Amino acid sequence: MTTDVPDSAAQAADPDRQPAPATPARSYIAVQDSAEFAGLRRALRRFIFPMTVAFFLWYALYVLLSAYARGFMGLKIIGNINVALVFGLLQFVSTFAIAWAYSRYADRNIDPTAEKIKADLDAGEAK
Amino acid sequence: MSDFLAAEASNSTARTLTITLFLVFVAITLGITVWASRQTKTATDFYAGGRSFSGFQNGMAIGGDYMSAASFLGIAGLIALYGYDGFLYSIGFLVAWLVALLLVAELLRNSGRYTMADVLAFRMRQRPVRTAAAVSTITVSIFYLLAQMVGAGALVALLLGIRPGTTFLGMDADTAKVATIILVGALMIIYVTVGGMKGTTYVQIVKAFLLMGGALLMTILVLAQYKFNLSSLLGDAAQQSGKGAAFLEPGLRYGVESASASATFYSKMDLLSLGIALVLGTAGLPHILIRFYTVPTAKTARKSVLWAIGIIGTFYLLTLALGFGAAALVGGAAIREQDAAGNTAAPQLAEALGVEFFGGDIGGATLLAIIAAVAFATILAVVAGLTLASSSSLAHDFYANVIKRGEASERQEVRVARIAAFAIGAVAITLSIFAQSLNVAFLVALAFAVAASGNLPTILYSLFWRRFNTSGALWATYSGIVSAVVLVFFSPVVSGSATSMFKTVDFSWFPLSNPGLISIPIGFLAGWLGTILSKENDREKFAELEVRALTGHGAH
Repeated sequence: MTTDVPDSAAQAADPDRQPAPATPARSYIAVQDSAEFAGLRRALRRFIFPMTVAFFLWYALYVLLSAYARGFMGLKIIGNINVALVFGLLQFVSTFAIAWAYSRYADRNIDPTAEKIKADLDAGEAK
Repeated sequence: MSDFLAAEASNSTARTLTITLFLVFVAITLGITVWASRQTKTATDFYAGGRSFSGFQNGMAIGGDYMSAASFLGIAGLIALYGYDGFLYSIGFLVAWLVALLLVAELLRNSGRYTMADVLAFRMRQRPVRTAAAVSTITVSIFYLLAQMVGAGALVALLLGIRPGTTFLGMDADTAKVATIILVGALMIIYVTVGGMKGTTYVQIVKAFLLMGGALLMTILVLAQYKFNLSSLLGDAAQQSGKGAAFLEPGLRYGVESASASATFYSKMDLLSLGIALVLGTAGLPHILIRFYTVPTAKTARKSVLWAIGIIGTFYLLTLALGFGAAALVGGAAIREQDAAGNTAAPQLAEALGVEFFGGDIGGATLLAIIAAVAFATILAVVAGLTLASSSSLAHDFYANVIKRGEASERQEVRVARIAAFAIGAVAITLSIFAQSLNVAFLVALAFAVAASGNLPTILYSLFWRRFNTSGALWATYSGIVSAVVLVFFSPVVSGSATSMFKTVDFSWFPLSNPGLISIPIGFLAGWLGTILSKENDREKFAELEVRALTGHGAH
């Protein structure tokens, strides 16, 4: 199945009679099953799923500590600045950092493949 | 006596200035709206601003939609009165953006057109799923709208300094509240019906600049007062609050520890429940989701979320300084005297800073007026975004796809959207007038809980789960909405305690005031169960959805 080329469906459509026909669904299944698309999906999920779990656990830890570890959260670090405040600010830092990391990752590992598959599909439609 | 007269004089100066500045904002935004209406020709213009906005513009507009009066006045007030616990809200509201960034924004932008339901119904039976999505969109938006409009009504008397027994333009405080709700409602209807998404987006951008500017100015003044020493600001805030070191630690407001073990247990559960709803609700808010359609590509959608995270994160850091600044410079007692919920902490801080830095009472009155006008601008922009989201869903999902089965023309659809905006506005005005006694923070938390329980499971399953189907979408959406609303109805928020809506009767059996901890898992479980109990599964449509979502092929 994975050997199906995405363009095969474009031949099925009759370009002379219908102006810019939507790509038939069969070709979407072919694209979805292609190794290239599977690679794109894997590249995306490899980043977003573990990262979602990570930031959610990190946030949950913060909320749980706020609820159940008040003594620890109240420890003063410098002057009146305590663990709770630093922990809260670290949530800001981690959010900014994850957003930045995702943008870099997507630029390098997702966008080029996505654009290539899109270009192939668009070219198939235009034929 | 002369002090009193001076105070009255500066009060009246502030009032005149507030109204003048607010009218300037209204005039500018109405000008933009009329200009935008000339650029609005197609349905894409009306629903999605012609998809012509840049990442930065849309990022500012997302900030404008998201930083509501509840964030600005509410969180600053919570921090001023309860110290650290107000900060918990900000953190949940910010971290939530990672869900939107990583899991939702780009895929939604690629595969949808105008509304949330475009993605949810993509591979399902259109009419039932779009109906469910419209119900959910309108439920979330109405709760959120009520929160903002009731908040506007509650604030006007305070911001314009209408005290009990005094009048303004012949109106006492209660009449002024109703008049404000009607005025806010009328303006939001005009923004949406005339300017569509394009006009509304520019209003959000202008508002975001004003709000960030105001918050930044006040923060610099607060920090300057403490010679940029954060520790001494915190120390002063703790001392002035009368709570001491506990003011800087979690536990004064959420997860309160008391003598009763069960009360302590439920209070802590309530904190966890609030925390989970805040972090999962954002990516299910319809008025935020439709913002992703205003940019040309998924990559721009990503950039706009990155900008939004930067802007919103900075804003919440500023509210931290504002809240602790208000506690230190105004003091908890003076804030409570004005408003028991603390909503006036930021304006009061503005007045104190103006007196300190800009030459006495006139300076105080001026800064108060500026911040009060910014607060009104904030409310106005947020309600416009909400009205647009609900009217888009009514017109595009319910009218065009459910009633007309996809046969409506663009022109008809946009006309219905304008009528729907008018109707939603009228309903929101009426409900707000009757709901004036409702707690604003509760309404916002409920909107987040419904969005997290009803919308988020359906969105995530639609985008990532091959097997998901119509039955699963309906189960997830309806059980999420119903469980969140029902649990709140039977919670102490509605009956049985001194702070309830109905104080004299008690039909409460659910011990938490935030339903998320139970209703969000119910939404996800119901979506799973509904799916496996139905054989339906459109393999081809899922292939199309996934290919389009990940590559941007065929994106509108």
